[in-house]
Amino acid sequence: MFLLRESLGFGSEAVATTIMQATYLAASVMFILGLKSLTRADSARRGMQQAALGMFFAVIGTMLNQHILTYQWIMIGLVVGAAVGYPMAMKVAMTSMPQFIAFSHAFGAIAATLVGVVEYRELTREGALTSGLAGALGFEVLFGALTVTGSFMAFGKLQELITGRPITFKGQNAVNLLLMAVAFGSFGYLIYNPMAAWAFYGVVGLALFLGISMVLPIGGGDMPVVISLLNSYAGLAAAATGFAIGNNVLIIAGALEGAGGFILSVMMSKAMNRSFGNVIFGAFGSAPSAAKKIGEAKEPKTITAEDAATQLAYAGSVVIIPGYGMAVAQAQHVCRELHELIEAQGGSVKYAIHPVAGRMPGHLNVIMAEAGIDYGALLTDVDDANRVLGSADIAIVIGGNDIVNPDADEDKSSPLYGMPIFRPWTSKVTYVIKRGKGVGFSGVENPLFTLDTTRMLYGDAKNALGTLVKEIKALNEGH
Amino acid sequence: MTLMMQVYVFILAGFVGFLVIGKVPPLLHTPLMSATNAISGISLVGAIVAAGGQHGKVSTILGFIAVVAAATNVVAGFLITDRMLGMFKHPPKKTEGGAK
Repeated sequence: MFLLRESLGFGSEAVATTIMQATYLAASVMFILGLKSLTRADSARRGMQQAALGMFFAVIGTMLNQHILTYQWIMIGLVVGAAVGYPMAMKVAMTSMPQFIAFSHAFGAIAATLVGVVEYRELTREGALTSGLAGALGFEVLFGALTVTGSFMAFGKLQELITGRPITFKGQNAVNLLLMAVAFGSFGYLIYNPMAAWAFYGVVGLALFLGISMVLPIGGGDMPVVISLLNSYAGLAAAATGFAIGNNVLIIAGALEGAGGFILSVMMSKAMNRSFGNVIFGAFGSAPSAAKKIGEAKEPKTITAEDAATQLAYAGSVVIIPGYGMAVAQAQHVCRELHELIEAQGGSVKYAIHPVAGRMPGHLNVIMAEAGIDYGALLTDVDDANRVLGSADIAIVIGGNDIVNPDADEDKSSPLYGMPIFRPWTSKVTYVIKRGKGVGFSGVENPLFTLDTTRMLYGDAKNALGTLVKEIKALNEGH
Repeated sequence: MTLMMQVYVFILAGFVGFLVIGKVPPLLHTPLMSATNAISGISLVGAIVAAGGQHGKVSTILGFIAVVAAATNVVAGFLITDRMLGMFKHPPKKTEGGAK
């Protein structure tokens, strides 16, 4: 590396810096083009491979930095990181994608935070710390540290290492606000007096604590918003790193992620019928609004797998509405089998995928794609899907609940009121495959189950679909 | 580079982000998130300088950990994005070239 550096322009700092900046510019352009490619499923893969190449250029360019005096630890670090990251990425199941992303956010944030700490140490020692730099560093460690613990908490909840239910206590919001106020106070003092190391490390410590206390009261079903928000924070931490070390590519990449995470969290909140603030401070579903009586409710009608199979075999159009329950049961592959059988009989099958189905934005799309289902069959727009449902013969709800709750349309007192939902009851008949008679994560009863055109098929999604497949095959052999 | 210039870059990049990412269909929201996550692993660049600067033992150790964490983020992020995107298939185009 030294040799390479020396041979380029005889070690001239100006030449090395120019080359380095050129790689950063190239990387920035490739990142933006990579994200742009994600607007189309057929161009996305190649675009992101180019973005990866951009990252590679940026790393190589950085090696020319004149401030680097030893490569030993860098090389070991890169090898270890690659050795950890590779098997992780190749092995992770699509169902576990949210945990994986949370984990990855935490790692990126660890890096940003530590870089901030190192910078702070160096700059104070050199006495070169200005208020502006202190502000950038404070921002960096604030968002970085918050993302580290917040992501680990989200990871723990998703992986069910800790309960997925909201953990709440009295005065929780007050405690969080106080923590936030003290953190911002320290941050402010740091800008006023950059040499105040206690203020700097205070920000780090408080942010670490804040990350935990912010995610603690948030339930598993709200994870799409949290993950998006952490995505945004991780981006802001990276951008702040760029401010602190005067590096544009970090600022650009960080701004891109910050914007992306923000857009997604707003979209997710909307799709869940919640405001941002409500997700963070609301802890809805914690005190189950079980006030709603089940007593007067009618008993849901059931159907046998045999009857359902007969109906499905002769159905013209079927719409499947998968929820997180389907992913948990790993039923996507048998779902595709059913799909293929119906198509072989001349029927058509589409999937209605709700924006918040799953534990992160777009989660169910990946699960269905993993099962080999053509993405052309995935209806991701709620209005489009409802149009198709309106003319469908059979709608099958698998492991979903709140996303098909008619209360969202009709019951003004329901917490779901106004949420964009699928309307399976507009098709001729609705089958609901469900483990038991429980409520959705919002704790709200679902009147869909007792409608005259709804038939319940109780059981584990994978087994129930498996039985349907078997029955249809038996029907075919009977011919 | 002055602070003002950095703010310019940040704001403009943010705009590009909003414009580009706002057009990503819900179909690809999960890969989008892993993609932005991988890209923000660019902190690796800062970590590399911190680890190689020979600013003393503590800084080197912290820098080293930062390199490991950021490299994990980058490698895992890009690989998983690629793995996911490879799963999205549309038959009419699948006839050729869909190898790997």
